[in-house]
This record gives sequence, C-alpha cells and structure tokens, in this order.
Amino acid sequence: MSVRVGIVLFPGSNRDIDAINGLTVAGVEPVILWHEDVDLSGVSGVLLPGGFAYGDYLRAGVIARFSPVMRAVADFAARGGPVLGICNGFQVLAEAGLVPGALLRNRGLRFVCREVSILPEHLDTPFTREIGERRPLRMPVAHGEGCYYADEATLDELERAGGVLWRYAAVDGSVAGPDDPGNPNGSLRGIAGVRNTAGNVAGLMPHPETAVESLIGSEDGLGIIRSLVVSAAEWAQTGTITGTTPTAGLAAGGAR
Amino acid sequence: MTALTDPLAPPPPLHRVLGLTDVELAAIVDKLGREPNGLELAMFSVMWSEHCSYKSSRPLLRTLPTKGDEVIAGVGEQAGVVSIGGGLAVAFKIESHNHPSAVEPYQGAATGVGGILRDIFAMGARPIAVLDALRFGDPSDARTRHLVDGVVRGVGGYGNCVGVPTVGGELVFDPSYQGNPLVNVMAIGLLEDGMLTHASGDGPGNLVVLYGSATGRDGIGGASVLASATFGDQDPSKRPSVQVGDPFAEKLLIEATLELIAKGLVVSIQDLGAAGITCATSETADRGGTGMLVDLDAIPRREPGMEPFEVMISESQERMVAIVEPTRWDAVRAVCERWDLPVAVIGRVTEERDVVILTAPDGTGALDADGVPVPGATELARIPARALTSEAIVFERESRPPARRRAAPAPGAAREPVDALPLRGQDPGAVLLALLGSPNLSSRRQVYEQYDSNVQSNTVAGPGRGAAMLRIKGTTKALVATTDANAPVTQLDPWLGAAMSVAEAARNVSITGARPLGVTNCLNFGDPTRPEAFWQLSEAVRGLADACVALGLPVTGGNVSLYNEAPGSAIAPTPEIGIVGLLDDVATRVGPAFEADGNAVLLIGETAPGLAASEYARLAGAAPEDGPPPLDLERERALQAFIRAAIARGLVEACQDVSGGGLAVALAEMCMWGERGAELRVAVGDSPAVALFGESPTRIVVEVVPRHVPALELLARRHGFDPHALGTTGGSHLRIELGGGGATGAAEDRGSRIADALEVSVADLRHAWERGLPRALGWEGDGAADHVAEAALPGQEVND
Repeated sequence: MSVRVGIVLFPGSNRDIDAINGLTVAGVEPVILWHEDVDLSGVSGVLLPGGFAYGDYLRAGVIARFSPVMRAVADFAARGGPVLGICNGFQVLAEAGLVPGALLRNRGLRFVCREVSILPEHLDTPFTREIGERRPLRMPVAHGEGCYYADEATLDELERAGGVLWRYAAVDGSVAGPDDPGNPNGSLRGIAGVRNTAGNVAGLMPHPETAVESLIGSEDGLGIIRSLVVSAAEWAQTGTITGTTPTAGLAAGGAR
Repeated sequence: MTALTDPLAPPPPLHRVLGLTDVELAAIVDKLGREPNGLELAMFSVMWSEHCSYKSSRPLLRTLPTKGDEVIAGVGEQAGVVSIGGGLAVAFKIESHNHPSAVEPYQGAATGVGGILRDIFAMGARPIAVLDALRFGDPSDARTRHLVDGVVRGVGGYGNCVGVPTVGGELVFDPSYQGNPLVNVMAIGLLEDGMLTHASGDGPGNLVVLYGSATGRDGIGGASVLASATFGDQDPSKRPSVQVGDPFAEKLLIEATLELIAKGLVVSIQDLGAAGITCATSETADRGGTGMLVDLDAIPRREPGMEPFEVMISESQERMVAIVEPTRWDAVRAVCERWDLPVAVIGRVTEERDVVILTAPDGTGALDADGVPVPGATELARIPARALTSEAIVFERESRPPARRRAAPAPGAAREPVDALPLRGQDPGAVLLALLGSPNLSSRRQVYEQYDSNVQSNTVAGPGRGAAMLRIKGTTKALVATTDANAPVTQLDPWLGAAMSVAEAARNVSITGARPLGVTNCLNFGDPTRPEAFWQLSEAVRGLADACVALGLPVTGGNVSLYNEAPGSAIAPTPEIGIVGLLDDVATRVGPAFEADGNAVLLIGETAPGLAASEYARLAGAAPEDGPPPLDLERERALQAFIRAAIARGLVEACQDVSGGGLAVALAEMCMWGERGAELRVAVGDSPAVALFGESPTRIVVEVVPRHVPALELLARRHGFDPHALGTTGGSHLRIELGGGGATGAAEDRGSRIADALEVSVADLRHAWERGLPRALGWEGDGAADHVAEAALPGQEVND
C-alpha cells in the first residue's frame, strides 16, 4: 500500500533500525523524520522508536519533548493522526503529555531485557485492530524506566474510558500485578501500554516492532504494527480513524 | 609515585616517574639523536607502554598464523575483517579493560565497551553485537560483589544506550581474580566491502581532523599507569587515569563516522584510545609512511590550563581522527555538525616522517589556512612516527618454567584415574544439582537480562545458551559468535589450556552448523619480567598457534594484557578466545535444547581421564592430582568437520558440547532448555566421576530422530568416530543409568557407595540452575533476581 508512516529520529534513538524492519515486514516504506523537522505533511502515521533520545541522562524523554519535531507531532495528533510511541517513544509521549501517566524507574532499579507476554485489552482500537483474537502476545522489553505510574483517580478514569490497551500477563494468563514475575518493571495494574482520551495516540513499553519474525523470537508484535499501518491508511483516506474521537484533540488527562 | 612519599629523597628523574626504565631512556636518546624534552618523554612513555607497544609479547605474536583467503584486514589493523561473500564482511576484535575496571568498575567497563566499538566502526563496519567475558574473585566477598555490580551496570549502561546488543560472553569466579578482575569485551561489526577503511595517513597536504568529544584531563596516562604496571590494592591516586564514558556521544560518533565513510569524505579514520592523540597521529602517520604537523592550539579542550602533555596523552573517550582531503573539509564539517559533534582541523599530513607538535606564542593557532606554521610558532616536540610505533623498543624476556609444573599429557596416554567423588554415600544426582547451582555453571540470567540483547532485530540466539547467533538482514546467512577461555587448565599447562580454549570456542560455533571464520584473542597474563609468568605467556601463545593451525583458523587480531597481578597473587593465566562463524543458511541452524520426545541421544567422542581443573574438582576441593585431560587437535578438527556436515545434511535436531561440569551437565542443560527429560545409560570405565563430570574435550552430545540414526552413525565413522548410543529423550526426569564394569565395582573398591543411577526431575535441575547465581552474589530479593520464571510464558510454544 502507498501509506507513508514516519519514524521520528532523535539523536540517541537506537530502535529506529527495529522500527524500520517492523514497518517493512508490515509492508510499508518508512519515512525517517529528523528531530529538527517541523513538517509532517506527507506522512499519515507516526512511530516514535526506542532508544535514549538526547542520551536521556536527566530523565527519559524529558529533553526530547522540547524538540521541534515534537511540536509537529503534537499538531499531527491534534488533527487526529495516529501516533504510536514504543519504549523511549512512549516515555517521550508521556513527558509531552500526549498520553496519560508517567514511566518511573523499574521496581528492581535495574535495566531489564527479557521476553514478556502482554494481553491486548481491546481489539477495536487503532493500535490493536489487526491483532485478531485476544491472546497473550510474546515480545521483548528492554528498558530501565518502564514502571507505569498514575494516581488512582487517573487509573480509574483511564480504565473506565478504555484507555488501557495492553497489560503484562502472568504465567497463568491473568493480568500480572506489580509484584508478579510476568510484570518486568512493577507497572501499576500491570499496565504495559495506554492511549490518550481521543484514542489516536498510544504508547507501550514492550517492543512489537522487534517481534515481527519468528526467526528472531516472535511475530506476535506484527498485529500491533499492522494496526498502526491500517489506521494510517484509513486516516489518509477519510481523515478519521475508526474508534477515535478526534474532537477530544489533545486531551491527555494524567498524572501531572 | 612512592619516591614522593619521602620528603627528603631527591626527586626521581622524569622518565622513571613516567614509568620508563633507564634502558628505555637510552634507546629514546639513541632514536632521537638527542635528549628528549618532557613532552616527548611523556609521548614515549605512553607509546612504549606494554599496552601500546607489545614490547614483551611482539616476538611471540609473530608466530601466530594470520593468513586466510577470506581475511581482508588482519593483525595490525584496528580490527580484523573477514569476507563472508555477497559483498559483505564482518569485523571483530576483543580487548581488555581490566585495571580501569578494578579501580572504577562502572566507568572501566563502560569505556571498555566504547573503546572496542570504536575499533569496529573505525573500519567502516556498523557494530551489531557485543560479548563480554568477565572474571572475578570469590562471589561471596563484598568487594567482588561491588565489582560485579559496577561492571555489569557499566557494560549495560553503555551498550544499551549506543544500541548495540550484548549477546553473549562469560562470567567466571575464581579466587585468583580477587585483586585483579578481568573485563574483556568483544565487538562485532558488519560492513559492505566498499566501506572498508584503513587508518593510514596517506597524502601529504591532507588535513588531520579531530571530531567527537573535546579533550579533557580524564584518562591521563591510562595506558602506562594502569594497563602496564603491576597493580596495587584499590589505589585512589589512579582514579584520574580511568576514562569517563559518554555513550550518547558514542552513538552520534557511530552515525557520523559511518556517514563520513559512506559518502567517501575521508581518506582514513582512526579512533582515539590508549595514548590518545599521540597514538592516533603517530600510528596513522607510520602506516602511511608520512608525518604530521599537529597544531596543539587547535585541539578543542574541556577546560583551560591543560598542559601540552595532558592534551597529547589524554584518553578522553568518544574521539576520532580522520585524514581528509582539503576540498572535502566543508562536507566533513557539515556531517559532524549535523550530529552535534565538535570538529576541528588539528594538523596536516607531511612528507617528512616526523610527528611534530606546534603551538603559537599567543596560543591562537600554530598553522595557517594552508597548513604552514605561522611566524613565531614553536616546536614543542618532534619525533619520528615509527620510533613511537613500529620501531618501538622490544624486549626478549627471560622465560622459565615454574619448579612445580605438570607436563602436558601426551594425547591418549594411559592415566591413573583418581575418583574421590562422588563422596562416600553421595548420590551423583546431588553432585549434579550442586554443579548446576555452582557460581560458574548456574544460569547467568540475572546478569544478562540487564543487557539489551535484541536491539537491531538480528538476534536469533541471545545470551544464556552457548554461542550467540545473529541473522544478516536481506540474506539467508547468520553470524555465530562465542568467547571462551580455559584458565584452570592454562594454570596447570599453558600450552594445553590455550589450545583447549581455541578448541572449545571453535566447537561452540561448529555445533550450531556454522563454520568458524577466524580468531581474535585477549591474552590476560602476569608480569612479563617474571620468568615464570613470561613462560606461561609464551607457552600459551604456542598452544594458541598450534590449535589455530590444526583447526585452519587465522588469527585476525587481539590484544595482550600483562601485569595482571595484585599484591601477593597473580591471576590464573587467561587466554580469552573470541571466534566468529558463518552459517550460510540460518534455516539449518541447530540449538542445544532437546527438541522432541522419543529421539535418540548419542555421545560422539571418547571420554578421557583427567579431573584436574574441572568444576567438579573445584566443587570437591580436590587437588589436581589427576592432571588435566589430554587434547588431540586432529581429532578435534575431525569432530567439528563431522558435526558441521551432519547439521548441513539435516541429521541433527540438537547438539551440545561437553565442557564445564562434564557430560552430566551437558545433558542436564539439553533437558532444561528443551523442557523435557531423557532415559539414558552411560558406560562407565574406571571412574563414574570421570564419566559423568569429567571435562575431557572433543566430545559432543547429539539428538537425532530415530530414522536418521543410521545415516548419522555412518557419517561419524567416516570421520573416525564411533558413536555411543546413550538413550532416548522424553519424560519429566533426567535419568542416567551407570553401565559398565566401573559403575559400582570400581567405586566399591574405593569404599564409596555410589548409586548406580542418577535421576533428577527437570524442574529440580532448573530450580538449582536458576537460583545458583543470585544466591552466590546475594542478589536474592533484589529486583534483578526476582521474577525467576520457572515455566514457559503463556502463549509460548514448548521449547522454541
């Protein structure tokens, strides 16, 4: 398909290679967006990849949120375009207030890289529509600051509004709470990924873009990447995406 | 500097303060034809350090086989490069960062990763993987735990940020490393043939361009003070000699360097490591048969007031030197500035073969726009480039075998087995569980889960299960990489230990189906001025050469780390071997986990006596009375040729080599990783301990579907091996019946009541194996030690 999905490249992004591979396997030609770009016209979807934007020495994503391209991404999101942040991309979206909540240091206070299973909460969103059935999806996590946090009221509202898209799964397939081995970072209520109120901006800590081929461990992430592609195509053609309420615009709600 | 501790003592001469001997000073005067000044002495002191000059080891290293049809860049380059066909090549090298890591574990390990990565991308290759081989003292010791934690965080903190996966390595504990841990890091890069770049200062008139971080006071004299002197206990005065890493700057440096090379903007590139600008300029000039005018004033600094010698020998990280044609300068600057990297022209390539350091009276630049010294510019130093590098001093060290040493056993020689274990009344199953839970054989998961092992989406096999495997995008090929060192045997017999290290590393590559391409090595030894230590080094190099010749492997590079001694103790000599192999069709790969129930399990290769230096002997606290097992390099070559052929023909479901912990541990690993048991019978000769836990080399275990057994046996015999059928996969337990006359009889003769069968549930094997390391390091309850997954993840197909 001719849909163009942009990958935002910050100095220090390092999962851009994975994002390019993931989108390529999903059948689209990715467009690289430099952190100083201010014009996103020409792309109908945006992926913020993993890495350590600007080094992340202060706090993950805290510098990147002020970059020129993030103003453009915010405008793109306000117009209802689909935006997916993965790992560091999720941290940047949270710092920018484009999705609710915050990512704290892992409960173990150590970087953790391992395969986890996540459960998709809804199958009709712009980022889960291609997953198919609700089943645990295996994919890697690789982060030091991935503990999802928001105050209780925000979490309740988030769940009520269907804002939780993915949760970490325990061995028995149930949701993995903060202390469960299936939860790699202590995220509250096992939350691995969320979306904004409007529904067109989402972020998650695990790496679906690295889980698109069984040769490298799993292809369970392909459904999420394909969902982004399909939503980008739909938005390009109709200006809206099924399952979103763009009028809500930038509404993020949240922890801060 | 101890001489300074006595206020009344006369100040020692400068050359000694800098670590140069009187003999070396005389050689310097001879080469210059005059007395050197202070700056020149400082430059010689770092370039003639053991670390940079290989002055003790160079005569030995010349004996290594370095030729190979596929080798396109070898010893002497920043990293070895081997062609893998299809217009692609692989660059790889291993280096030590031992002493910096002992002083400041986090930064020492982090900059060890950064330094070896620069060697790789300076060749034009994109770094695709890191392996870290770590050795420490007693894991229950507080300082060891501090070092392990710092080193692991340092490796992860740097590698994770630059986006290069850490896919393998080793973590070994032995008392001999108590005062002097080993941090060896191997890096692998992939490049298109056209990207290959050499560090050669060609073209007089070309610009010498320094880009990357500014130069500061960190890492002053790291090469000479730290890497090339016997080591005191944690000496804070040496902390300024440890460099400080900035992985974010390195990430930018990778992208900028590869862009500069891809756009054809540079003549050559060299990274700045040990001895900083002095090394980069003199080596580059010497390789190009040229010289250089270096404008000291033009070098970007982190702070004012730096002495010329500090600028010239600083080991500030994340810096590169490029040789650039003047017409390309603007384009080079544009690339560096796009990546927010400071960049400056710091000199010119010249016809005359001297490295000349210049400064202007007002410090505003000693060279004009055409590279001509400005009026009044003064020469601070002038040294022939080759005097600092290719013609650096070389010593023929005295070599003497230690009084008490065990000779290498002749291959196949008759031996008197000693079977102290299993201890009286001890169930061999209990011994197996103890071995699986021991610090050196238990799961490394709590460590390697702190490393990003899959960034870049190439990791087919990551850390934890033998050799690592990385697919090559756009091809059917994969690279297989491993590091191995058998220090305990090297301690007893350096020739044998080094040869065994090469054999095991190559075996670990071959059992995946891949063909080993070449060897990089990091020789960690003691003080070369001690005849016994130098004997160990020379014997190990002989073993390394013999093994590489026998297995047809070229040595493409490496590094030597001497003076690995703390007060009162030298390390067990550790010849770290890194090997990269090529698998032409990744679909044919074989792993070490049992794949299915009802398959045949066979042992290929003969079990030889020799329990010395085994993990079993370590567990039993047994003295090495039995001697180490022998190694027949021709048999090793044949075994590896056999298994590669068998895998290529699709006859093998799984394969594991017999190494640490012996046959029983190899079988236990295949069961744990395959999440299934096996019903086996092992023929015992004289000694159950040798049969189950002996570590004699040149043995592998293969899993074969029943209908392929005849073909596999035929192929094995054609390679000179008589396979031993052990039994069948399946069930929830590993059961090993001890057959043969020695099973009970021999044991009873010695009064031990050894059980005649070993039977342990796979769940118990896994539990012992998973809990061993966190228990040894006191990490239980720690976040990293939590979350021990005892079962498959939901949604996970069994044994994938």
